[in-house]
Amino acid sequence: MNSAKERLVNGIVKENPTFVLMLGMCPTLAVTTSAINGLGMGLTTMVVLALSNVFISLLRNIIPDKVRIPAFIVIIASFVTMVELLLQGFIPFLYDALGIYIPLIVVNCIILGRAEAYAYKNPVIPSLFDGIGMGLGFSVALTCIGAVRELLGAGEIFGIHVMPESYVPVSIFIMAPGAFFVLATLTAIQNKVKIAGERKGRDMSKIQSGCDSDCMNCSDSGCTHRLYDEKAGEGDKK
Amino acid sequence: MIKELLVILIASSLVNNVVLSQFLGLCPFLGVSKKTETATGMGVAVIFVITLASAVAGAIYQFILIPFHIAYLQTIVFILVIAALVQFVEMFLKKFIPGLYQSLGVYLPLITTNCAVLGVALTNVQKNYGILTGVVNGFATAAGFTISIVILAGIREKLTYNDIPESFKGMPIVLVTAGLMAIAFCGFSGLL
Repeated sequence: MNSAKERLVNGIVKENPTFVLMLGMCPTLAVTTSAINGLGMGLTTMVVLALSNVFISLLRNIIPDKVRIPAFIVIIASFVTMVELLLQGFIPFLYDALGIYIPLIVVNCIILGRAEAYAYKNPVIPSLFDGIGMGLGFSVALTCIGAVRELLGAGEIFGIHVMPESYVPVSIFIMAPGAFFVLATLTAIQNKVKIAGERKGRDMSKIQSGCDSDCMNCSDSGCTHRLYDEKAGEGDKK
Repeated sequence: MIKELLVILIASSLVNNVVLSQFLGLCPFLGVSKKTETATGMGVAVIFVITLASAVAGAIYQFILIPFHIAYLQTIVFILVIAALVQFVEMFLKKFIPGLYQSLGVYLPLITTNCAVLGVALTNVQKNYGILTGVVNGFATAAGFTISIVILAGIREKLTYNDIPESFKGMPIVLVTAGLMAIAFCGFSGLL
C-alpha cells in the first residue's frame, strides 16, 4: 500500500506532469478556457492513462522490445476511442466542449511517456497507481490553470460569479493569446524556483522548463531526456 | 467550388491558425524555431507530410472505413497510417531523392506524431470534407504552421541580443512572443 501512496504523491506533487515536467502542453493550453473544461480533460486523460498503464504492464512480457512503441500507440488509441464513445453517449456537453482534443489524447506525451518509463518495467498494481497519480496531477494542474483563466477572463470559477460587480473581465485570458501568457508566467515561476534551488546547491535536474522539441521523438533534449532516462527507471523501482 | 476552397485556404492558414489559435503542433513550434533556416526546413517538411497524410487518410476513410461501417476506428487507423506514411516517405526520399532527403530528412521523424497531422486528418472527417477539400485544408493548415514558425524564428533571432529578466530567459519569453503573435493573428478574423 505504501508504494501506491508513494506513486500518487509522486504523480501529483514531485513529478507533476504539467508544473514540473511540462508535458502535454497542447491540451493544457487548448482546453483550459474554464475550470470545468480543464477538470473534464484531466479526468478523461486520467482514465485513459490508468487503463493503458494497466494493460501495458500486463503485456510487458509479451510485447517484443522492437515494436513496443507501435504496440503502445495501438493500446492507447483503443482506450481513447472507448472513452470518446462513452463521453459522446453519457456526458455530451463535455464531448462538445473538448471536441477534437479528445481523440488527440492519443498523442499526449504524458501517456506514451509513462508507458515507456514506468508501466513497461513495473508490475500491474504500481502501474495502475502511477497512472492515477499522474492523471490526478494533470487534472489538478488543468483545473488550476482553467480556474485562473476563467477568473481573470470572465470573473467566474466553475461558472459561479465570484468577482465584484465593478470588475471588468479581461477577456483576452479566455482567448488563445491568454493561454500563452498564462503558460509563460508559469514557466517563469518554474525557472525562478529552479534558479533559487540551484543557488542553494540543490539538485534541480528533475525540473525542466518547456518541451524543447517534439515530445514523443525529441532525442537530445526536453521530455525524452527526462522520461527515457535509465536512472529515472531505476529510481522508480525502489 | 473554387470560392469554397479559397475560403478554406484563408480560414485554415490565417484565421484559425493551427498553432496560434488551436494549439496543435506546439512542440515543434517551440522547439525547432531557434533559427529561421531550420524553421523553414521544418515548415516545408510539415507542408509535405500533412498534405500527403490528409490525402491518404481521406481516401482510407472514404473507401475503407465508411463502406465497412467502421468509422469509429478512425483514431486508431489514422495514427497508424500517419506513422507508417512518414516512415515510408523517409525511406523513399533516402533512396530516390537524396538531395531532398538531406534537407528534410532530419525533420521527418519529428513529425510522425506531431499532433497537427492527426488533428488535420480528424478535422477533415469531423467537418465532412471530401478528399480534395481535405487536401486543400491540410495544405492550408500546414502553410499556416510554416508562416507562424518562420515569423517566430525571425523574432527569436532578434531576441538573442536582448536583455531579458533572468527567470524569463528561454521558454517563457518565447511563449510571451507567441502570445503577442496570437493577438496579431486575431486581427485576421475579420477577413471572412
